[in-house]
Amino acid sequence: MHVTTTISFQSQLPGDRPEVRFKDHHPSLTEREAVLEARRCLYCFDAPCQQACPTSIDIASFIRKISTGNTLAAARTILSANINALSCARVCPTQVLCEGACVYNHRDGSQPPIHIGRLQQFAMEAAYAKNAVASLLGDKRASTGKKIALLGAGPASLACAAELTLRGHQCVILEQRALPGGLNTNGVAPYKMKADVGLLEAEMVLGLGVELRTGVTVGKDVKPEDLLAEYDAVFLGVGLGPDGRLAVPGEELAGIIGAVELIDQVKTRGQPLFEGVAHAVVVGGGNTAIDVARELRGLGVPEVTMVYRRGPEHMSAYAHEQDGARHDGVRFLHWHVPVRFNGEGKVSSLTLARTRLEDGRLRNVPGSEADVPCELVAMAVGQGTLKDLCTAFAGVDFRDGHVVVDPDTGATGNAKVFAGGDVANGGKEVVNATAEGKRAALAMDRMLTGA
Amino acid sequence: MVDLSINLAGIKSPNPFWLASAPPANTGDQVMRAFDHGWGGAVWKTLGDQIVNVTSRFGALDVGGSKVVGFNNIELITDRPLEVNLREITEVKKRYPHHAVVVSLMVETRDEWRDIIKRSEDTGCDGLELNFGCPHGMCERGMGSAVGQEPRVLEEITGWTKEFARTPVLVKLTPNITDVRVPGRAAARAKADGLSLINTIKSIIGVDLDKMVPYPVVGTKSTNGGYCGPAVKPIAMHMVAQLAQDAQVRLPISGIGGISNWRDAAEFMALGATSVQVCTAVMHYGFRIVEDMIDGLSLFLKDKGMNSAMELVGRAVPAFSEWGQLDMNHKVIAHIDELRCIGCDLCHVACRDGSHDCIHFHKEGSAALVAQEEKIRARVGAPPAARIPYVAEDECTGCNLCSLVCPVDGCITMNDVTKNKEFQSWNDRVAQYGSAKAAVENSPRMWKDKH
Ligand SMILES: Cc1cc2nc3c(=O)[nH]c(=O)nc-3n(C[C@H](O)[C@H](O)[C@H](O)COP(=O)(O)OP(=O)(O)OC[C@H]3O[C@@H](n4cnc5c(N)ncnc54)[C@H](O)[C@@H]3O)c2cc1C
Ligand SMILES: Cc1cc2nc3c(=O)[nH]c(=O)nc-3n(C[C@H](O)[C@H](O)[C@H](O)COP(=O)(O)O)c2cc1C
Ligand code: SF4
Ligand code: SF4
Ligand code: SF4
Repeated sequence: MHVTTTISFQSQLPGDRPEVRFKDHHPSLTEREAVLEARRCLYCFDAPCQQACPTSIDIASFIRKISTGNTLAAARTILSANINALSCARVCPTQVLCEGACVYNHRDGSQPPIHIGRLQQFAMEAAYAKNAVASLLGDKRASTGKKIALLGAGPASLACAAELTLRGHQCVILEQRALPGGLNTNGVAPYKMKADVGLLEAEMVLGLGVELRTGVTVGKDVKPEDLLAEYDAVFLGVGLGPDGRLAVPGEELAGIIGAVELIDQVKTRGQPLFEGVAHAVVVGGGNTAIDVARELRGLGVPEVTMVYRRGPEHMSAYAHEQDGARHDGVRFLHWHVPVRFNGEGKVSSLTLARTRLEDGRLRNVPGSEADVPCELVAMAVGQGTLKDLCTAFAGVDFRDGHVVVDPDTGATGNAKVFAGGDVANGGKEVVNATAEGKRAALAMDRMLTGA
Repeated sequence: MVDLSINLAGIKSPNPFWLASAPPANTGDQVMRAFDHGWGGAVWKTLGDQIVNVTSRFGALDVGGSKVVGFNNIELITDRPLEVNLREITEVKKRYPHHAVVVSLMVETRDEWRDIIKRSEDTGCDGLELNFGCPHGMCERGMGSAVGQEPRVLEEITGWTKEFARTPVLVKLTPNITDVRVPGRAAARAKADGLSLINTIKSIIGVDLDKMVPYPVVGTKSTNGGYCGPAVKPIAMHMVAQLAQDAQVRLPISGIGGISNWRDAAEFMALGATSVQVCTAVMHYGFRIVEDMIDGLSLFLKDKGMNSAMELVGRAVPAFSEWGQLDMNHKVIAHIDELRCIGCDLCHVACRDGSHDCIHFHKEGSAALVAQEEKIRARVGAPPAARIPYVAEDECTGCNLCSLVCPVDGCITMNDVTKNKEFQSWNDRVAQYGSAKAAVENSPRMWKDKH
């Protein structure tokens, strides 16, 4: 077990990890570019972009500050709403959030919406480069003497811990892995953000005075009831569970790997991957499936095929992500399901069946089975849940794949326990986890201070 | 073909576009290249006793991403020997006999004026311009704007020059006075042949906030400069129009100040200028801008059914009147086109905070909102109907503000609702009711009490 306050986790990342080979799709703006883009913003009244941001960043105001050269104040405006703003700027699906709501979308189409994410990235990078983030957050309140345990060091817990720490509470984060940041460190596609950025942001939060204990699996190394006894409150920010499987024959063969597990290898481990892989198959139709497929292509796998059991219109992956995958040369096989993995110890092919809808039910087409070669299969068929861990906290209810919470406060059935992020919303985005972490912190603060 | 040639007090040029007396008209090489590009005339950089300049000597005002909206300089008159300038002017006139070459002059004593006028006219130049406008450096030595600000001195010196000159004499006026008609009338009394205006405006263009020295920085100090460029155009046009209208002036005018394109030129001409002079725009973009000016003015004149540039001169002067002559019965009301509106709501906040709070939103669930939704139903990319505001017609004061801030062309129109009311000016009304107080009492109220 490691107890950490401030430490450079970035230096623990292997320099030869596969993700470093990806080109950054979010290059930084120069000051001049940022100011010119900021000046395009209309400074809307009651701006719709802000309404579309889950953390309600005052976008019109921060952009105006960029336009006047007041960059650090812009960063302050952003941080006051969203402590994970550096990563959000890069990983948010802005097309369907702030930028999707920008009034420029209602113009004649001659000008794109304001590049809000890139402007946010510009302001945050400036604040980090000047080492100004902590001072922009202002002074911490006097210690309240209250202790809070936060489970998992992902965006939800980090946002929650930052807010609680600034309000004078003592926070301890328990994380099973060696590195903090959650999926921001080991999940997000490398062309959007590399692991060091997720770690930099986590280090900033830890630097506020949050204690991090890595290598601690709650439920195994620490008992929930002990946490409830020792701490004044507990925050569940453990995210989703391990990669799901299909229960198809042959799934135990080598070369078949869960998508999130595979992405973790790409992002944080220094192994040569996919040597000799000529064909890879990704099973699934969500954003994780798309990410894996694009990453495999980016790492040089010649043929990457996505297998999805329904049509393109049914895929939960964003349209812009599907386009991106197509652009990267990913092949799509819609209306197909795996029925069997074949190979001797190692997977060498996959038997697929065609599917169709019959009276609204999905069925395999009899006699449609065919083999496709593959040396690697990524299973992106959803992640499991951490129901057992969560419900081990007495009173916590778990339904429909997530902890049951009051959406305004993150409160659970146990008065001392709050939850936020993927574990509470069933799996959304970093920005939702951030918003929910902060919201829970405010509610916990009210509870702890009796305010 | 439209005839662009002009005749200003006997000075003829193939078109109304002249270089102002400034750096672009500093040398024979420049003036000849300008003529090759299409400029019709040039007022040579002011001649006088040789001076030396400081560095740096220019500053600029950038606004909202636009460079050099305003420009400022602390340079003096020509720093080249008089003989060199005179030799080059002779050369230019010989090579370009049909272009207008006017020599700008600034000296002190009667004898100096006699001498420099003789030597200048020996070059074959078409006219003289008396620089009574320079507001920096030279005025500290009793010349430039020091003369332009003293009508009696201006009249006396202009009188001398008229004694000595054989070619037309233009008096270049300074805007650094309270009423430009006073120096204009003084020039007219001294029998000047024409007026040029404006010279630059006394100004500080900015402050270096690190050094705590105004711009342009000369070591550890700066001084007031002369302001020009696009930002001064409204001030210059007002002065031109005032002089064009003044019965005691009645002199042809060469308009100067912020002219950058054919439209600026057309506006100055409509307000009474026969030729226009340009400095800043050429310093910014070079001589080539005249191509747009020539084409633009020709097409404009043709479009308006005018056969010559001279027909345009003074066209808008009769419509420039005193406030008391304006029609009190004229009424316009703002209207928002819901098929163009993008829902930025800038008009709402502008009218609320900066005018009369007449732009509102349809209430949720109201019949009006339903009707609005109906109206925009077929519009692709429409904003939410609830974000499209409407103008309360009984509240609108017709001030124009909303239509000025709206970012979408043609979205807010100011509709004429005068109906068949007869023209009645304020002066008419005062005459009708006997006093200003009675006139107010008998006027319809423009504003609504909202409390
Ligand atoms: C492949 C992939 C790509 C994604 N891409 C994007 C994207 O581009 N943009 C975006 O906005 N979102 C993206 N997401 C979603 C986003 O990553 C999550 O919504 C977000 O990270 C949720 O934050 P969290 O804090 O709730 O959980 P997580 O980030 O999952 O963090 C949970 C942490 O808890 C730890 N933990 C779990 N169990 C225990 C335990 N028992 N004891 C101690 N620690 C424990 C985990 O190790 C982990 O560090 C992606 C998700 C995936 C899987
Ligand atoms: C750098 C500079 C030097 C100038 N020098 C003179 C000058 O020597 N004599 C003169 O009459 N006006 C001078 N002017 C004023 C210009 O002729 C002109 O009146 C003024 O710049 C307004 O025109 P603009 O807005 O097109 O620049 C100078 C202006 C500038 C910018
Ligand atoms: S909606 Fe677009 S233009 Fe309006 S404030 Fe937001 S970013 Fe700026
Ligand atoms: S300013 Fe124009 S575009 Fe914006 S809300 Fe008003 S009418 Fe619509
Ligand atoms: S014209 Fe003036 S008063 Fe009328 S709605 Fe527009 S801003 Fe308001």
